[in-house]
Amino acid sequence: MSETRIRAVLTQHAKLPVDAAQLEAGSDLYAAGLTSHASVNVMLALEDVFDIEFPDRMLRKATFGSITAIHDAVRELTS
Amino acid sequence: MTAVVDTPIGVLPDRPGALERARAVANTVVGPYADEVDRQGRFPTESIEAMRAARLLSCAVPVELGGEGLGLGEIGAVCELLGRYCASTAMIFAMHQIQVLALVRHDTSAPILGLLREIVDDQLLLASATTEIGIGGDTRSSTCFVERDGDVVRLRKNAPVISYGEHCDVVLATARRNADAPPSDQVLVVCRRSDTQLERTGTWDTLGFRGTCSPGFLLTATGRADMVLAQDYAVISAKSMLPVSHVLWSHLWLGIGTGAVDIARRATQKNARSKPGTVPAAAVRLAQVLGLLQQFRELVHGVARRFDALDVDDDQLTSIGFSMDLNNLKVTTSEMVVDVVSQALQVLGIAGYREDGPYRLGRYLRDAFGASLMVNNDRIMANNAQLALVHRGTP
Repeated sequence: MSETRIRAVLTQHAKLPVDAAQLEAGSDLYAAGLTSHASVNVMLALEDVFDIEFPDRMLRKATFGSITAIHDAVRELTS
Repeated sequence: MTAVVDTPIGVLPDRPGALERARAVANTVVGPYADEVDRQGRFPTESIEAMRAARLLSCAVPVELGGEGLGLGEIGAVCELLGRYCASTAMIFAMHQIQVLALVRHDTSAPILGLLREIVDDQLLLASATTEIGIGGDTRSSTCFVERDGDVVRLRKNAPVISYGEHCDVVLATARRNADAPPSDQVLVVCRRSDTQLERTGTWDTLGFRGTCSPGFLLTATGRADMVLAQDYAVISAKSMLPVSHVLWSHLWLGIGTGAVDIARRATQKNARSKPGTVPAAAVRLAQVLGLLQQFRELVHGVARRFDALDVDDDQLTSIGFSMDLNNLKVTTSEMVVDVVSQALQVLGIAGYREDGPYRLGRYLRDAFGASLMVNNDRIMANNAQLALVHRGTP
């Protein structure tokens, strides 16, 4: 499931002070401690795991704002 | 709080524009005091008072609140002009405007609008405390936090630098939202000097920008909860603080370069007048540095125009491409200013090297180096290196 893989990427790269596996899908990742530096690493890892490239229009804070938002973006790029 | 002249120029129907008022202040006060401020490493009291009297501290406040609503390019032009005469005064003016624009662009609550009106009426001077001991210079990270007790908030911050902290009326400080918030979840807190204790923890004896008087302070503030800006600092930083800082600072470096080249130009022309028909050898160097200054000016003004064309909610403002361009602007211009002043020194030769003559360039040279050191270029390039990994190229 992509959500499990997204959570695995977050666990490894988001450097959150909380456990990414336990986060609500809709919770605000920035409020949970995601920094802009870490979000770049999350994005690079997602591109690798899903073999995608986020286009310019998706390179916005909101795209990585929650697990649901990431999931929607990944689904759009893989479908 | 500081007293203001009783006839505000701002209410006269045919008052000159901000740049013209700044020019008058620069000629009569900022320039004449620049060497003394630098030598003594003291706050440019006379210059800041003169700017208050000329109502320049509120030029970025919207017209409907009593200000002039100037755009970034226009504020930058004032920084540039002041920078030609006294880099410390220009830096204080720039840092003040960065804080004012953060309030103007990101908060429309009644208490903040009230504060903006006070900036107009009383020409308040705003400073900032965005770095903290123990976090390594990263302004997007805090350990201190806002402590709430009903309608009252408290903040205690150990700041390695608060420029002109002892001379300002308000400090805008970053802090974690609350005791449980992660380091990146920051808010901006308005700390009035009357409710704030600043305990000095260091000194400020530097090569340049000596008049900014920027030692460390332990800041302890108490205030009303509505003095914490509602918008996340992450947003304020990305949409305003960073871009506005880079654009205003680059104008100020440009001012330093322009001031130095002006001295070199005057000396070369004086020399040429004594031997008409002979082009002095230094004229070639002068022509070269004027060319470099042109590139510098076009770059700075070009980015300011791009910023002014964008609304605060425009996605372009926080796009990767524009962020990289702004970082590049800071890095490039802070290095250019050293180049320009060094070349001006070559034009002048010993006349610029001497500290006891009318063409001395020592102060300009020392200030120029502050550009790349006071906000470290290496950190900015490390940031751009990371952005380059996700940049999708020029559209």
